Amino acid sequence: MHTKTIAELARGLQNREYSSVELTQHFLGRIKQAESVNAFVTVTEEQAMAVAKKADEQIAKGQAGPLTGIPIGQKDIFCTQDVKTSCGSKMLDNFISPYSATVVEKINQAGAVMLGKLNMDEFAMGSSNETSFYGAVKNPWDTTAVPGGSSGGSAAAVAARLVAGATGTDTGGSIRQPAAFCGITGLKPTYGRVSRYGMIAFASSLDQAGPMTQTVEDAAIMLQAMAGFDPKDSTSVDQPVPDYLDGLEKDIKGLKIGLIKEFFADGLDEGCAKTVQAALDEYRKMGAEIKEISLPNLKLSIPVYYVIAPAECSANLSRYDGVRFGYRCEDPKDLNDMYIRSRGEAFGAEVKRRILIGTYALSAGYYDAYYIKAQKVRRLISEDFKKAFSDVDVIMGPVTPTTAFGIGEKTSDPIEMYLSDMYTIAVNLAGLPAISIPAGFSDNKPVGLQIIGNYFAESQLLNVAHQYQKVTDWHQQLPEQFA
Amino acid sequence: MEWETVIGLEIHAQLATKSKIFSGASTAYGAPPNTQACAVDLGFPGVLPVLNKQAVRMAVIFGMAIEAEIAPYSVFARKNYFYPDLPKGYQISQFELPIVGNGHLDIQVNGVSKRIGVTRAHLEEDAGKSLHEDFHGLTGIDLNRAGTPLLEIVSEPDMRSAKEAVAYMKKLHELVRYLKICDGNMQEGSFRCDANVSVRPKGQQEFGTRAEIKNINSFKFVEKAINFEVERQIDILENGGQIVQETRLYDADKDETRSMRSKEEANDYRYFPDPDLLPVIVEESLKQEIKAELPELPEAKKQRFKDQYQQDEETASQLTATMEMADYYERVVKNANCEAKLCTSWVTGTLLGALNKAGLEISDSPIEAERLAGLLQRIADNTISGKIAKQVFEEMWQGNAGADEIIEAKGLKQITDTGAIEVIIDKIIADNPAQVEQYLSGKDKVFGFFVGQVMKATQGKANPGEVNKMLKDKLK
Repeated sequence: MHTKTIAELARGLQNREYSSVELTQHFLGRIKQAESVNAFVTVTEEQAMAVAKKADEQIAKGQAGPLTGIPIGQKDIFCTQDVKTSCGSKMLDNFISPYSATVVEKINQAGAVMLGKLNMDEFAMGSSNETSFYGAVKNPWDTTAVPGGSSGGSAAAVAARLVAGATGTDTGGSIRQPAAFCGITGLKPTYGRVSRYGMIAFASSLDQAGPMTQTVEDAAIMLQAMAGFDPKDSTSVDQPVPDYLDGLEKDIKGLKIGLIKEFFADGLDEGCAKTVQAALDEYRKMGAEIKEISLPNLKLSIPVYYVIAPAECSANLSRYDGVRFGYRCEDPKDLNDMYIRSRGEAFGAEVKRRILIGTYALSAGYYDAYYIKAQKVRRLISEDFKKAFSDVDVIMGPVTPTTAFGIGEKTSDPIEMYLSDMYTIAVNLAGLPAISIPAGFSDNKPVGLQIIGNYFAESQLLNVAHQYQKVTDWHQQLPEQFA
Repeated sequence: MEWETVIGLEIHAQLATKSKIFSGASTAYGAPPNTQACAVDLGFPGVLPVLNKQAVRMAVIFGMAIEAEIAPYSVFARKNYFYPDLPKGYQISQFELPIVGNGHLDIQVNGVSKRIGVTRAHLEEDAGKSLHEDFHGLTGIDLNRAGTPLLEIVSEPDMRSAKEAVAYMKKLHELVRYLKICDGNMQEGSFRCDANVSVRPKGQQEFGTRAEIKNINSFKFVEKAINFEVERQIDILENGGQIVQETRLYDADKDETRSMRSKEEANDYRYFPDPDLLPVIVEESLKQEIKAELPELPEAKKQRFKDQYQQDEETASQLTATMEMADYYERVVKNANCEAKLCTSWVTGTLLGALNKAGLEISDSPIEAERLAGLLQRIADNTISGKIAKQVFEEMWQGNAGADEIIEAKGLKQITDTGAIEVIIDKIIADNPAQVEQYLSGKDKVFGFFVGQVMKATQGKANPGEVNKMLKDKLK
């Protein structure tokens, strides 16, 4: 059952080949067997079985939707009422949210069965899942390698087929980079397409939730459930949600693909470059036109990101003060002692580093030079994309400069770690949608192809990506250990 | 040396919205601690603010009332600092781009009018409260107030005395209540004031170093706090010292200000635009709509009262001090359908006197405007005399009866039947020959005796004019 896609499982459920209870038990069994992957922070066995039973009743009544009874996982960044929401941090190791995130409610509403909460980098700050309070997650393709981050647990769980699909969040590449490292499909929608309400904030102007699945079709199914305007999120956009399955089969002959020149310069691993080129050849074969484009301000993405994201996070994380919820140090002497020790003891090194960078960037005397300047460059990057989209339909390139690196390999060098997001960050700065799909292997590790679309062009992205999956089988491959 | 005081005020007016500025929780005052704070107010992980449109509307109403620039595009920013009753570790406020720009307010002190500039007014959320009692050395946090909408109104440093500062504050207090955007309740903290105070040698152009006095919550304390602070600063300067820029707290019990923190200890608030909120766009159409609905403002109303009802400055000020007062008065005028002068003297004299004595506001008056008008009608049409009317007024104050009912029940109707009065007069003249003699011999004063006798005999119900006329005739 675990080798099937969400779409296939839904058909199996409809045809009574198996029940949701059986499906849920099967996946829960796999989660137990794969404990060493460390993909989950919390497994919600009891609740899952109860939901699965209800799903079976709905299926029996003929009221099933495409996600009814399908076992999925939620990244532990989404608040879930009655189930711990840790955000990968000691700070929230004891936190149970009084409410559920909009994304969680919508997916529950669609009838999906949540098997648990997935591991992640602490407060989504990291590119390897190594900053999690709950320890590193292993890449199912090579258990000595990282699964990427911050949605590392989600990517590993989907790749090892511990869930049929999962949610992720992407602030600078946190869906696409782990999807690429783990050989799965990951979509970061347009900023504002999916509600951020109840999704614990890292960098509010960049954070966006999206699906992580085996196939593009599954991503379309999950996005359908997740997307939409939410009056509780002022930055969500009040625009109708199209039927994402509708356009999947459209012919892409004549599609104009832009290839970002800058993405193929220094820093891109040869094996990755070759794999991406081979994927582009597939598109040529399907009748797409490929032309080189230049986005001159792209090279500034990383410095801009590492001003804006920490600046926002420095304020977003101020609420973790030991007063109302979360970790509070033992026997504080006074208020200051409580603040200093609660935060000092419960935040990890990467989170502290980013709070410090952000606090510095916003401080009097530095604000104009860093924050304001970064915002200006951010606009220039957006304009670069805008110009490009007047010329091409979609933009393609690599997701990451290398394949999954070894656990512990980059932890001592934050800059080196930050550079692993060099191809994904600009998309968040511009607020564009982008998808990462499996495009082959290099040294036996998966390589992803990134497709970037125009604002709210998720349908087109899904169509273009799906057409590739129709002529390739990279997305169907399973790591041997988890077959 | 002669010193000049320079004062600017920052006033926090709590906007009278039903729910909070960024959440749906109620803003009602006085609920048990933490029962009116939802996940958004508590700053729980993952929550997001959603702007209350009513708060925006009220800010625009205020801006238009002080003829200020209304920003078509304003931005919420995060003001970062740690405090236990500030749930998110930042306050959502407006910084570089406030919703209300330059405006002004005219005040009167000692009969002289003066224009005070308003630099800006911006929207922000209130914090909660720290409770230091009853927790055995610990601090309790009540977040009911967290997220309550505030309009912070910042004046220019245009005031030159504590009296001017108080006049400005009162004027603003009157205005926000007129506009129904703030209940003005100072005990409950709905209208609070911080004062920036400095002194400089008279004639000097540049400002002296200022101190900011925090959280002064009554008109009386504003005056006292400023006066104390001015003397303190002058004292220091005259003794060769220097003023330190700092934040000071006014202690009403000791009638003094004392240092809270100096400029060096001041927070760097690290303001930046709040990425959770979109910029606030005020469309021209909203401004037009509000303009059309804007009530008559206190200044205009006062002028109209002076013109329309022939009132002097003081009376017009008194009758337009609140919207409720002005409405009451105009309802009396409308229903009494008599000379405005009579209405004015009864409202400002008898009614306000009685209310004052009873410690009541006009809105709590036991006699409604319509009932009072009924009484004045009977004075105007000579049914009763002014003196009898006072008696009727007392009766009305005690119960719900109208003037006519009381006049009828107590038989207080003026005797206008000249025949009846004539009989009484004839009897009095016959009974008092000595007094008649005196009057006829030129002692005019005795006339009053006869009037008194007639009124006594009629229990005051005879029309005094009529009595005078008839007596004069009879005693010729």
